[in-house]
Amino acid sequence: MQVTSAIREPLITGGKTLRDVSEDISRQVEGKPSNLWWAAFSVSFVMLLFGLYCFGVMLWNGIGMWGLNKTVGWAWDITNFVWWVGIGHAGTLISAVLLLFRQKWRMSINRAAEAMTIFAVICAASFPLAHMGRLWLGFYWALPFPNAFGSLWVNFNSPLLWDVFAISTYFSVSLVFWYMGLIPDFAVIRDRAVRAGHNTRALIYNALSFGWMGGAKTWMRYESVALILAGLSTPLVLSVHSIVSMDFATSVIPGWHTTIFPPYFVAGAIFSGFAMVLTLLLITRKVFHLEDYITIYHVELMNIIIIVTGSIVGVAYITEFFIAWYGQVPAEQYAFINRATGPYWWAYWSMMTCNVISPQLFWFKKIRTNLVSTFIISIIVNIGMWFERFVIIVTSLHRDYLPSSWSMFYPTMYDVGQFVFTFGFFFCAFLLFAKFFPVINIVEVKTILKSDSEKKH
Amino acid sequence: MDSNKNFVVGIYEDEDVLLHAVEQIRDKGVHIHEVYSPFPVHGLEDALGYRRTRLPIASFMFGITGTILALFTQTWMLGYDWPMDIGGKDFASLPPFIPVTFEFTVLLSAFGMVITFLIVSDMKPYKWPRQFDVRSTDDKHVMAVDLAANKLSKDDLSRILKDSGASEVNEKNF
Repeated sequence: MQVTSAIREPLITGGKTLRDVSEDISRQVEGKPSNLWWAAFSVSFVMLLFGLYCFGVMLWNGIGMWGLNKTVGWAWDITNFVWWVGIGHAGTLISAVLLLFRQKWRMSINRAAEAMTIFAVICAASFPLAHMGRLWLGFYWALPFPNAFGSLWVNFNSPLLWDVFAISTYFSVSLVFWYMGLIPDFAVIRDRAVRAGHNTRALIYNALSFGWMGGAKTWMRYESVALILAGLSTPLVLSVHSIVSMDFATSVIPGWHTTIFPPYFVAGAIFSGFAMVLTLLLITRKVFHLEDYITIYHVELMNIIIIVTGSIVGVAYITEFFIAWYGQVPAEQYAFINRATGPYWWAYWSMMTCNVISPQLFWFKKIRTNLVSTFIISIIVNIGMWFERFVIIVTSLHRDYLPSSWSMFYPTMYDVGQFVFTFGFFFCAFLLFAKFFPVINIVEVKTILKSDSEKKH
Repeated sequence: MDSNKNFVVGIYEDEDVLLHAVEQIRDKGVHIHEVYSPFPVHGLEDALGYRRTRLPIASFMFGITGTILALFTQTWMLGYDWPMDIGGKDFASLPPFIPVTFEFTVLLSAFGMVITFLIVSDMKPYKWPRQFDVRSTDDKHVMAVDLAANKLSKDDLSRILKDSGASEVNEKNF
């Protein structure tokens, strides 16, 4: 018996049965990776190696290898940090917030989005760690460990320390949430391996699934855990980017010292995160032939979220300008005029074009249901969001209070190298995930198969 | 794990059939060992008469422990053990301690709950589960009835399961 709503489009097409779902999604875990996979992995691995070289040289010699100077003491490092953390937010939004709102369309995309969150947060964390210079001492500087200085404790009044707690909690809770979702799916692969007679694979996936059985009692507990984790992750994800924004907002630097930052950063984070989810999923669905699970309807819904969050970000840019004028603080006014017309005008206008104008194209149904245009705009949005962080950070710093200290920022190979390192890591990790883990949540897709799947023709 | 157990195992194709079957079978006074499904079936835990899980309470207790621990630690470190004058602010004041307190609450609550879940569900990486039918993670709902826990004979139980809509009835010995 299949019931499909008359007003909503089906979320799963192709008239799938429960067995088809197990088959389609386990296939890429069980088979050999395709040539396309190897090609993508090789490119990512080369990026990772080049990045590791730059990272290593930088660690050996110190962060003087970066293009920072006395005036611009934060530049690419923090820009990249905020950018990656922001990207992570979409995964949690999809898995937690949309679960609380009972949005069924999250079910085909949550697994990959959560994986993206975890890898993006690792990439993000590499920047503040590297910026500490002596990263091996970072634990003592960033966490309240007893030490030989008194003990001299960390400063709990500082947003930078809040960030340490926020990011590490966010990472660990997202990891647990993601892994909880994977447990029953690992059991699916284990049992398929048992039937096919692959004993080693069965043992490995059994260990990964913690010996999952799927009894009614376990399912009851499991669902309760998933719901509470979603409830905990929702305020957590909002807190993380709010705290990231407080790194700037609690300072007295013109251009940073604004109360709009927390909601503005959270909206921007979701905006860029959804763009990255789209970039990754459009490739994944093509490479692994998952067109029946990640449909045009899914893409359209994600594009609608991009319009909403992109518009919030646009309104925030304009509000910042208005408040700078309305607040009548000359330093603040100068900071904003300088952003739009000063030496970094090109960064500002790149940001405006990519973030404010490009997502508005999604108002046209033809554009938001077209895969090529979606893919292009998703990349444009991510470029724009990188520029947003660069504009906020560098343009606010490069005009110091004393004109004699005014300066520009020029990245060196090592700034670029560490960014390349994170890209290499991110894509290597995602490709390994897509090869060895079920890339779509098998169990959750099965739960909606009856109600939201296309009828067999 | 108890050894030498004999089970009658019913295979169901559809969750609606399964839900009715569980009710029917329990009405006949048969004790069901457990039902294994490829995905959570809503209402199954009620049909089987399970008590609601107390994991939310566990989660809350872990969370509140985190809150107290974080508030106490921060106040003790900055207010008592080594007070520092930072911009003339109070040594220990509540508002700047809230973010870390919140994060720590969430951290303990999430990890405490998940670890409790793994313990109460007896899940560990080195445990090979007692599988009644490997198809229970693919597309079949599998009902296991323990012969030792029921007075009825094997044939009677098989018939009851068959009548309730099971597509197959097998026997499984461990």
